Amino acid sequence: MAAEVVRSGTLPVAGLGLAYRRGGSGPPLVLLHNDIGTPDALPFYDLLARRHDLIVLDLPGFGGSQRADWARNVRDLAAVVGLAIDALGLARPGLVGLGFGGWLAAELASFGAGRFASLTLVGPMGIKPEQGEIADQFLLSHEAYVKLGFQDETRYAAVFGDPAPIEQLLRWDTHREATMRVAWKPYMFNRALPALLASVPTPTLVVRGEADRIVPADCARRYAAALPAARLEVVAAAGHRVEMEAPDRLAALVAGHAGAA
Amino acid sequence: MLMTYFTEQPMSTYPEDKGLEHRYTVLTFSNRHFDPVSGSRLYNEYLSQYRLAEAVGFDAIMLNEHHNAPFCMQSRITVWAAALAAATTRVKIVTLGIPLPLYDAPLAIAEEFAMIDMLSRGRLVPGIVRGGGTEQFAHNANPAYNRERLEEAHELILKTWTTPGPFRWEGDHFHYRVVNPWAVPLQKPHPRIFVPGISSHETITWAAERRYPYVGLLTTAKVQARIAEIYGQAARRVGYVPGPENFGQLLRVHVQDSAGDAERLAREFTWMQGEFSGLAHPVWSQPSGYLAPERRKAVVEVVNSRVAAPGAITSLERGKATADEAFRAQVEGLQIIHGTPSQVIDKLKQVLSVTRPGVFCAWCADGKMPYEPVNRCIELMGREVLPALREFAAKEGIRSPFEANAPVSTAYSTDLKPSALA
Repeated sequence: MAAEVVRSGTLPVAGLGLAYRRGGSGPPLVLLHNDIGTPDALPFYDLLARRHDLIVLDLPGFGGSQRADWARNVRDLAAVVGLAIDALGLARPGLVGLGFGGWLAAELASFGAGRFASLTLVGPMGIKPEQGEIADQFLLSHEAYVKLGFQDETRYAAVFGDPAPIEQLLRWDTHREATMRVAWKPYMFNRALPALLASVPTPTLVVRGEADRIVPADCARRYAAALPAARLEVVAAAGHRVEMEAPDRLAALVAGHAGAA
Repeated sequence: MLMTYFTEQPMSTYPEDKGLEHRYTVLTFSNRHFDPVSGSRLYNEYLSQYRLAEAVGFDAIMLNEHHNAPFCMQSRITVWAAALAAATTRVKIVTLGIPLPLYDAPLAIAEEFAMIDMLSRGRLVPGIVRGGGTEQFAHNANPAYNRERLEEAHELILKTWTTPGPFRWEGDHFHYRVVNPWAVPLQKPHPRIFVPGISSHETITWAAERRYPYVGLLTTAKVQARIAEIYGQAARRVGYVPGPENFGQLLRVHVQDSAGDAERLAREFTWMQGEFSGLAHPVWSQPSGYLAPERRKAVVEVVNSRVAAPGAITSLERGKATADEAFRAQVEGLQIIHGTPSQVIDKLKQVLSVTRPGVFCAWCADGKMPYEPVNRCIELMGREVLPALREFAAKEGIRSPFEANAPVSTAYSTDLKPSALA
């Protein structure tokens, strides 16, 4: 039974209007997109909506959500997202974060233990790797950065078109600026996060695309080591954007994890 | 007219082929290609040429600051300004400009400038800029806050110079418990601030609202006219009518005894394949958030190669062809003026009678121009070109802010009439 995940409204939070999409039924699951924003629809969302009441929130400054001009770091954004989840009246939802959204989800989980039924972090940034570096989007063109997230660039073309339309480039630039405002320096990590995560008991699944060229493997290892109830899964033949390259396998992993919680 | 000498201070001994091999000659082009032996020689040659410029009659020396690139060796503008404060006695020292947003320590800059102003006995003209996109990467300053940081740093520096301390500064980007430097500028109410630029609407307006002279960098007469129009609109809103004392213009000028020598050497002005400031990846030149949101479309088109961008030059041959095109275009646009003294005087009068800048900056030396011919250029400027321009400026009534005794800013103006002019 296919459930449609559609634009559902705007939440007034912290003086901002936050847009979200919603669809499906089952235990609530909140999804935080990555630093390039999200297309309106993805097969991955439809798969999740088969088992969950799925809420895909546009982060502040992304998609249809207003930018928090006063936000200076990712924890500021995480606080806004936490308030948005409260505004939706969701009781202990599962939380899924993709890439940059995974970092945000981890920050949010560290605000208070027990708030989320489960945590799924897919290629999360946010912890400084000791081996390798997180690929710096600010030194790359928008297209080059988005393509770098794919193991197979033909899949990029299938999602965005190649060349992508100007409207897509404009969205990416808006999202890049929103990211820049909170994650320019240090680039894509918070040195406090590993210590905080040590006291987050939420059952956590860390997923890494085997061919992720944006976030080094060491980041996923460190997340799995820092969180007391975490396990690590590696998805073969996928890059950073696992949700676009291997939606079925990722959805199955989320179902096994969030569904079981 | 303030006759100002300028050179970018090129690192002229860098291996050009290595730059092209790397594709970019800014930001990431390895400094393994920076040779400090020739660097030391060049710094001292540039210093002696600044002294010569003072000796032959220039009124001012313009300095600049750029990072990570062979086109400009001036990594810290205040170091050079301090050196000139000690090495010269008469010329104004004009920094065009210090990229304020790059630094987290605006109070230190206020102190440095105050020291330089005292050491030079009141000859400092502190010009300020946002810094190019690439410079934000070189010093890791968040491009998204560039304009906010410029404005806040400027406000703090100005307060530091005009308000006795101690006071506290808790801003958005800068924070100080105790602002109370024991170094304040000699010039009162404060040194004149200039703003250089390549014609950004926002910056021109910002300068005009403060009554700071705006210096167009390598502008055509057409661009200067646009600058004057934008500046004039903002000035009238604030309540004054701008004159030549509110404008400056930087042009590339090379003069020799023979026209042939002048042209051959002037070709060095486009040594960086014709690019103003070397070959930069457009992503670095125009980072997200650095330009106003209405420029977003233009930015993404160039960044993602939807329209042609610099950086496509990968061979010496192509580089030379591009440089040649740029040279011819800039000669035609009278942005590069070369020739014998009388030829140069004629062409300069042709431009300056239209643009009427109170501050005229002559960019005399660049690229691989050898030391001796540059000295000759400076001598000929002093002996023949500057006197002719002085006479011309007097006749045309083109006065510098100093000659006009113009207010240093709107805050220190007593003649504003906003309602009458609106």
